[in-house]
Amino acid sequence: MRERDDEWTGLMRSAIAGDSAAYHRLLKAVTPVLRAAARRGLARAGQPVDQSEDIVQDILLAVHLKRHTWDVSAPFAPWLFAIARNKLIDALRRRGRRIFVDIDDFAETLPGETPAETASPSEVAAQLQTLPARQRDVLQAIAVDSASIRDTAAKFSMSEGAVRVALHRGLTSLMAKLRER
Amino acid sequence: MDTDRLIRTLAADNAHRARPVGFALMLALLAAAPVSLLMFFTELGVRPDVMVAMRNPFFDLKFAVTLALAIAAIAVSLHLSRPEASLRGFGWLLLAPVGILAAAIGGEMMMPQRLPMMTRMVGKNSSTCLVAIPLMSLPLLAGALLGLRHGAPSRPAVAGAIAGLLSAGLAATLYASHCTDDSPLFVAAWYSIATALVTAIGALAGAKLLKY
Repeated sequence: MRERDDEWTGLMRSAIAGDSAAYHRLLKAVTPVLRAAARRGLARAGQPVDQSEDIVQDILLAVHLKRHTWDVSAPFAPWLFAIARNKLIDALRRRGRRIFVDIDDFAETLPGETPAETASPSEVAAQLQTLPARQRDVLQAIAVDSASIRDTAAKFSMSEGAVRVALHRGLTSLMAKLRER
Repeated sequence: MDTDRLIRTLAADNAHRARPVGFALMLALLAAAPVSLLMFFTELGVRPDVMVAMRNPFFDLKFAVTLALAIAAIAVSLHLSRPEASLRGFGWLLLAPVGILAAAIGGEMMMPQRLPMMTRMVGKNSSTCLVAIPLMSLPLLAGALLGLRHGAPSRPAVAGAIAGLLSAGLAATLYASHCTDDSPLFVAAWYSIATALVTAIGALAGAKLLKY
């Protein structure tokens, strides 16, 4: 557990320093832990666990857009679990349950307890359709067609800077839409 | 969109760097300050005898109290903008203005006074105080909330309340230079009521605006 936390902290430091590959690895590494906790939270609230992926994506978006609030000299896991807990409580509340979510739900995930992704998540995809055309096109090119920033720029005759801006704005409005829903 | 694709998209956005919350808060407060200053100078203005008043330690103590409140609230609100933070260990900072005020009241008690205690507490400007501080706070509160939206507070209502304290502290600093009631008893009574009002507004607005 300690080793895992140290590894995450190291990856996040590299990510903040500009290493996108490290960031990708970090997000991949935390996702099964978040998924397991989301499923446990849903199960305890008597909700179908196949909704867990929406919660996981909501958490990942918040982690991404709020990562500047992480203090690089602090361990990463407590910060991550605080965001995850907040989003999980919100999600369960929205589904009509008030429930106590224990921080240990996240911290105590056993290695090997890594359920695979279930069902096709729909909320992010649905909200994606409501974005302004440019943001939607850019997000779709990068997310769905796995295009690089450069390819996307060429495809839509935009500068790479404009693609980056549209990408970031798109992610920001996605999170706002998920929050207001 | 499946989660792998979302992760890839987020990684593609890794180059984006958000401003630190403290910087966003500072910019938003600087943008809001001229509005409050304009309200102050058009409607109230500095009291005419300010040069004389500055020699009265109880006039100066008003600023010590209001600035201590503003500075402590800024520090606490920046702390609370981190998702894993709580008031524990940091909340005591907010006691600094209370401590200064209590010491000032004690000091005044020990000095001979021309006016009885109740008269000093009731003062002459209580209604102006109760209107001016909340009104001048509002632009600053809006700015503070806007800046703090860059953060990720785990309890948005609490963070909003602290933003209310912050803006009330700044507005009260302006008001203190207008008001001719210098007794710490007046400050304890009326400034506190005005501050409580702004804090409540901040908590209500924060619960909505500071959710992430």
